[in-house]
Amino acid sequence: MTTAQRFPDAYGQQGSSANLADILERVLDKGIVIAGDIRINLLDIELVTIKLRLIVCSVDKAKEMGIDWWESDPALSSRAGRDELSRENAELRAHVAELERGREAAPAREREPTEEEAQG
Amino acid sequence: MSGLRYVYAVCRPFGTPLSAQLTGVAGVPPKQLTHHGLVAVVGQVPEEDFAERPLRAHLEDLDWLSATARAHQNVIDALTVVTSPLPLRLATVFLDDSGVRTMMEQREDAFLRTLDRLDGRVEWGVKVYAESPETPESSATVDSAAGTESSEDPNSRPASSPAKPVSGRDYLRQRRGQRRAHEEKWEQAEEFSRRLHETLSGYAEETRIHAPQNAVLSHASGRNVLNAAYLVPRSESEAFVELVDRTKDDSPGLRVELTGPWAAYSFSGEDS
Repeated sequence: MTTAQRFPDAYGQQGSSANLADILERVLDKGIVIAGDIRINLLDIELVTIKLRLIVCSVDKAKEMGIDWWESDPALSSRAGRDELSRENAELRAHVAELERGREAAPAREREPTEEEAQG
Repeated sequence: MSGLRYVYAVCRPFGTPLSAQLTGVAGVPPKQLTHHGLVAVVGQVPEEDFAERPLRAHLEDLDWLSATARAHQNVIDALTVVTSPLPLRLATVFLDDSGVRTMMEQREDAFLRTLDRLDGRVEWGVKVYAESPETPESSATVDSAAGTESSEDPNSRPASSPAKPVSGRDYLRQRRGQRRAHEEKWEQAEEFSRRLHETLSGYAEETRIHAPQNAVLSHASGRNVLNAAYLVPRSESEAFVELVDRTKDDSPGLRVELTGPWAAYSFSGEDS
């Protein structure tokens, strides 16, 4: 959309125009890691990263990785509201299940659809 | 000087002073710390926020994290205008300048190698989004979806049917049709992304594929199917941008989004 105009004018404007996910993805997850004098326990950092990753990356991917702690994480559930979270979880689970079924069905895609399966 | 030292990036000396208006983390203007032919860009930050204990607490706070990340990126962005910085990860903090100098000495060789590799290059981010499969009411919901992805995301409501099914058989047929359309859409999006990535890789020196983003943070509509980064020489960036622009026309139902130029965040590791 606005791609052409963003170069080279984009220099110096990134900070305000880039979306938060793009910025966090790079600033928190990329960039070279150097242990400073203030040593944050790496496990803590990874915990934060994983939490953000859950927000940043798709939930089905997180499920694939076996990450499901959000169900009991107090920080998250107090912020988002327990009920809201469990409702979303239920929806997302259903969605994940649907995607998984879709993936299982994928190898059969070579054949032509029967008229019954033609777009409705 | 008291306080801790927050290090944003390491660069080759770039000869231009940073703008006096430029502020970084904690609202403090960054300064250059030159040592052994390298420049560390550092800012003073208060101990009450960046000592180990408060920092750990802050990192769990998404609002604080967002503000700090933006301030960090603000400085890296300014550096990207004048040089090709090696960006450090958020919250790399030292007790004082001499701690920063020691670190620079210890890693001098690796820094120089990486800076050579990144010299004159920038990172471009390219994302592909698949819009949700067409439903009769889709045109009506597109506008409202932008503000309320989490509750209105059509992907999370696969059961919304175009017409009320009259029998179980009808229902199953409808569901199958929907699933089929969804699958085809998905395959189409993946195939498009694969080809786009292949094309763009031809113009990039290095590439990285990142995990897809979720709309909760990005506020983008549609489903993110490709999230990739490309290391491109500045001199070829214009051509790269035009190339990405051209692909936008032949991708109905898909949206291509370009961000950048970024400092080479995704290519700062030595593993390449």
